[in-house]
This record gives sequence, structure tokens and C-alpha cells, in this order.
Amino acid sequence: VSDEAKATRFEPPITPEAEPFWEASRDQRFVLPWCTDCGKAFWYPRPVCPVCLRPNVEWRPGSGRGEVHAVSVMYRPGNPMMADRVPYAVALVELEEGVRIMSNVVGIEADQVKVGMPVGITWEPMSDGRHLPLFEPEA
Amino acid sequence: VRGKAAVVGVADAASPTGDLDLRGRALEAAMIREALDDAGLEPSDVDALFAAGDAMGLAEFLGMQPRYLDSTMTGGSSFEFHVEHAAAAIAHGQCDVAVSVYASTPHSDRKRGNGGGFGGGRRMPPMEASGFLWEMPFGLRMPIGGYALAASRHMAVHGTTPEQLAEIAVSTREWATRNPRARFQDPITVDDVLASDMVSSPLHKLDCCLQTDGAGAFVMTSAERARDLRKPPVYVLGTGSALSHMSVSSMPDLTTTATTRSGPAAFEMAGIKHDDVDMLMLYDSFTITTLLLIEDLGFCEKGEGGAFVEGNRLGPGGALPTNTTGGGLSYTHPGMYGMFLVVEATRQVRGEAGDRQVPDCNVAVASGSGGVLSAMSTCVLGSEAVL
Repeated sequence: VSDEAKATRFEPPITPEAEPFWEASRDQRFVLPWCTDCGKAFWYPRPVCPVCLRPNVEWRPGSGRGEVHAVSVMYRPGNPMMADRVPYAVALVELEEGVRIMSNVVGIEADQVKVGMPVGITWEPMSDGRHLPLFEPEA
Repeated sequence: VRGKAAVVGVADAASPTGDLDLRGRALEAAMIREALDDAGLEPSDVDALFAAGDAMGLAEFLGMQPRYLDSTMTGGSSFEFHVEHAAAAIAHGQCDVAVSVYASTPHSDRKRGNGGGFGGGRRMPPMEASGFLWEMPFGLRMPIGGYALAASRHMAVHGTTPEQLAEIAVSTREWATRNPRARFQDPITVDDVLASDMVSSPLHKLDCCLQTDGAGAFVMTSAERARDLRKPPVYVLGTGSALSHMSVSSMPDLTTTATTRSGPAAFEMAGIKHDDVDMLMLYDSFTITTLLLIEDLGFCEKGEGGAFVEGNRLGPGGALPTNTTGGGLSYTHPGMYGMFLVVEATRQVRGEAGDRQVPDCNVAVASGSGGVLSAMSTCVLGSEAVL
């Protein structure tokens, strides 16, 4: 880990409801919030379940596997920090747990990412020891 | 509520250069003055003020002391929500004369070095527990990226093609050739659209709305009072609104908007069927927006929108005249375009749309989209003949 690690893209602040997610990401472990009352995973992290509104949220290991639900290749960057990455693929990935998460699909030419493609998680280091969940085509 | 309230005054401002001379509150005041003149009313008649975000500050600036105030802000669809709220308030006797106004000058603000905030005070996403926080790291270009994801899914599931989306841009531009105030008035072809820069696949530059200065206002009052005013009343026959999400990653079905709820509610209140509709004003932030609204209003089956828009069906002389100003794609789009849907639908029902007039137009539908296909609102406007 470099002392002068600099953020190379927007890095979200660690909000209280997402602390378990970011802590696990330091070890490249992918976890998802579940409502123990509804028995379902949800995304994005919230302090309460978005179905029953109860605060009984438990973080469980996620499969990290899913498929591309929709994809768009950015030929112009979404913000200046992403300028040197174009073209890159932004996808909504439908995880096996039934939740949809936005991410980038990497490890393949951006315009070759297709809807329905099976993908698995990979991690990009962030400036503060956290990791950002990205996806790549499953072998 | 059906037919209890009417749109009695409208105004809008846009120019082929994309620039307007006035800005801010002065532009809002000019639009209100013009819409009141159109109706034959005075500021002292106004007892209800509507603005997307800050009706209170606006009221003070205008020297108004209204008894009904509404700052509903749902992005581009705010003004369809305003029609719905004003119609209900008028029907229930909570106010008598309602004004809604919008002004935004991103095009000239940029030249002035004022930053050019798109939309008129558009807010940053809140940084607390929010879907946007879980989108921002991945560089989705906004707003186009959200619509591009919807288009991607629609193409994958329903086989919709880039050529079919381009047809919407072409038909809309055909209308703009008849609008001397439109930003772009030269015809384009499907090939032109497909040859324009890809911005966020599958959407090209010409699939995208403009970014221009623009402003507008409308005045509503009760049906009784409307009959004594300057112009023929344009009655609010039906309204409906619905929300499905805010950030696109929380959109329940990327191929279907909440217009599947707002549209039928508005049609049912109005007591109309699809065959009764003479023209459509549909939010066209992007070509895919128009396509989704046509499907979700029920003018064709889900997934068949691509085939439906082929052959200039939406353009001049087509079976379903749509976006007769040239739309957000070719007329004007200052960020929250819904105001212009209400203004043009009103002019069409009055029969005062000039070269772009739809013959015998008695029923016009304005359907707005706010956020990222999030906050949807539909208004059915009609003439005395269909009341």
C-alpha cells in the first residue's frame, strides 16, 4: 500500500449503514444486507428493510455471481475522474440473491459486454484500503 | 375532478439560438405576465402559486400572497403534477386561479460563466443513504446513462433496434421544421442519427434532448370562470401520477415505467379510450423515453413500441401526432421540460398551433417523466366538445 495512494475515481464516504460492507471489502469479502424478518437480501444498504421497514438487518456473505441485466458503454465519461477510462462498461448486474447492483464489467472489451452474460465479482483497490466491487465475465 | 378546472392561459419562450435574454425571476415574471394576458387575468386574480422547488420565494418576489402554495419538485414531470394538484384544489374550492411557472437558462448561463446548472436549481443527490451513492463510483454518465440502461434492456428483451429509436428523433425533427422557434429546424434521417456520436451506448447524440434556455407558464381556473375569459377553455379531463424509484438501479423493471399506472388513471378519469386521443405530448429527454411512454400509455403492447413508431407514425401526417413542437429533442429542453408539454397540448386543443396544428384536435395527452423514468404524471386535456 502506497503512502500517497490517490483516489482514481469517486470513492463513496463510509456511511453508518454501509460500514459492514466496506469493512468486509478490505479483505475482498462480498457481503449483502438481508432482512431477517422478510428473509430476503436487498440493495443498496439501508438501516431498515425497504419492504417491511423493520431494522432487523443482517450482513451475510454474497455469492458474487450474477448476470448482466443491462449495460451501457460510456464513450464520454460520467465525471472527470473517469476520463482516462473511456470507453468503459457500466452495468446493472442481477445477483444470484435476486438483487440488482450497479458496477463496471472489466476484463473484456467494453463493447463486448452483453445482456445475459454471466459475471463474477472482482475487486479494485481504493485509496484507503477498501475495495470497490467490479465484475468480470465468468470463466 | 373531471372538467371542473381548465387551462386558460399559457406562455412559453425558446429561441433557435438556444439563448433567451431574460433569466431567473425576471424570466419567470415575464412568463406569468404573458400567460395572464393570454387568459385576460391580472396578478391580483392569482390565489395559488406553483413552482418546482421554491414557490415561497417566488411568491414574495412577485408580490403575491397566495392562499394555496405548491412546490412539488419531481424533475421534468413537475408541471404535470402541478396540473393534477391545481385541478383537484380548484375542484375542491381551495383556490380559484392557479399559476405554475418555470424558467431555466443553462445555455446562456454557460456563456456568461455562471456554471449553467441544467434544470434551474437542480439539486445534488443527497449524500445520506441513497441509491445515487451506489451508482456514482462507476461513472454512469447522467442523465443519459440511466436511459441508456433502459434502452439496453428493452433491446435485449424486445429486440428493439437503434434504427427504431432513431425514427423517433426523425419524426420529432419533422415537427420542428414547422416551428420557427425550434433550436434545430433542418430535417434529419435515420442514418444521421446512427452516424452521430455514440455517447452512452445504445444512445447516440441525436437520441438525446437539447440543452437550451427555456421558460413557460400556465394559468388554470374553474370551468365556470374559464368560460368568461379571453380564450376557449381547455379542460382538465383526467390526471394520474405514479412513482417507481429514484435512481435507475432501483427501477423495478427497466423496460416499464410508472406511466402504466399514471396513464390508465388519467384515461379512466377522463372517460376516454386511445382512439379518442388526437395528439400526444410525451416527455422526450431521449428517444427511448418517448418509446416507453407510448407503450406504457397503452398505444401498443409492451415491447412493440419499436415497430409502432416506424413509418413516421408520430410525425406530421402520421396517425398519432406526437411532440408537435419538435419536443425536447429539437425544440427546447432547459432541464425540466414538462412545462412545454402542457403549453403545447393547450395550444393544440385551442387550434392555435399554426403550421403544426393537428386537425380537429379535441383531446391532447401530456405525459411527463421526472428523475430517471421515475416520477411519471399524465394529463388529459380537452375542448368544450368533449367535456
